[in-house]
Amino acid sequence: MTPGFRGRPRSSGPKLPPGQYLTEDFPVLTAGPTPRVPVDRWEFVVTTETGQQHRWSWADLMALPAETPTVDIHCVTKWSKLGTDWVGVSLDTLLSDVETAADFAFVHSYGGYTTNLPLEDLLDGQSWIAYRYDGADLAPEHGGPARLLVPHLYFWKSAKWVRGIQLRLDDEPGFWESAGYHDYGDPWREQRYQGD
Amino acid sequence: MDFTDGNALAGPLREIFAVDMTAATSRCAACGHAGPVATLRVYAHAPGLVARCPGCEEVVLRLVRAPDSAWLDLRGAASLRIPL
Repeated sequence: MTPGFRGRPRSSGPKLPPGQYLTEDFPVLTAGPTPRVPVDRWEFVVTTETGQQHRWSWADLMALPAETPTVDIHCVTKWSKLGTDWVGVSLDTLLSDVETAADFAFVHSYGGYTTNLPLEDLLDGQSWIAYRYDGADLAPEHGGPARLLVPHLYFWKSAKWVRGIQLRLDDEPGFWESAGYHDYGDPWREQRYQGD
Repeated sequence: MDFTDGNALAGPLREIFAVDMTAATSRCAACGHAGPVATLRVYAHAPGLVARCPGCEEVVLRLVRAPDSAWLDLRGAASLRIPL
């Protein structure tokens, strides 16, 4: 008989990607000091490959239709958290009037953090600019006032303190992607490091 | 031929990385602050180790440890002075 066909999962439950363990709390990971960005000075900017800029103030963001995704999140440091509740604006909404031929997105944050992913991974209901978590405003240590939320990739792609997205024709590696981490980071294929 | 391949670095790098690097003096590429690696501000609750300049908080050094390799990113260091 084929091993695993009728047996139990090897190490984790059916909702956990390989190599992950379940956590009930919400660990705080950070590569630097926590930026404190007042909402009256916050803005989000999308820059296309032609240099055209689209800007949203905090009031602009709040005026857009909000969605309430409940998603599982998976950190590359091996914790997963299931059924997390967020409020945010879909990237489909933000990018609906943006004309671009770009294939890649380079995300940058207040504080200097960056990450990269294919533009198509931000679309079709797969990502949000999230500003509330678990019934409260998103705390600064979790990326408030607003963070990117891309739950189908490892959580380092869900940039805290998001400030803007550069739409590019070519793929530019971000903060962790240029220091050994995988360019794409699919937790279900355990794409942690370059070469995985 | 004006150059050789990287095997020429083997001896010199082995000597450098055999020493305690925390005693080395790093110079921040962003602000020029120089001081012992031991005085950098290391953020370890992260996918890798991120060492920042105590002067300007820019990243000086990043170290990512995978099971079978390590990545050492030194682009934020203008130089490392290593006591030998």
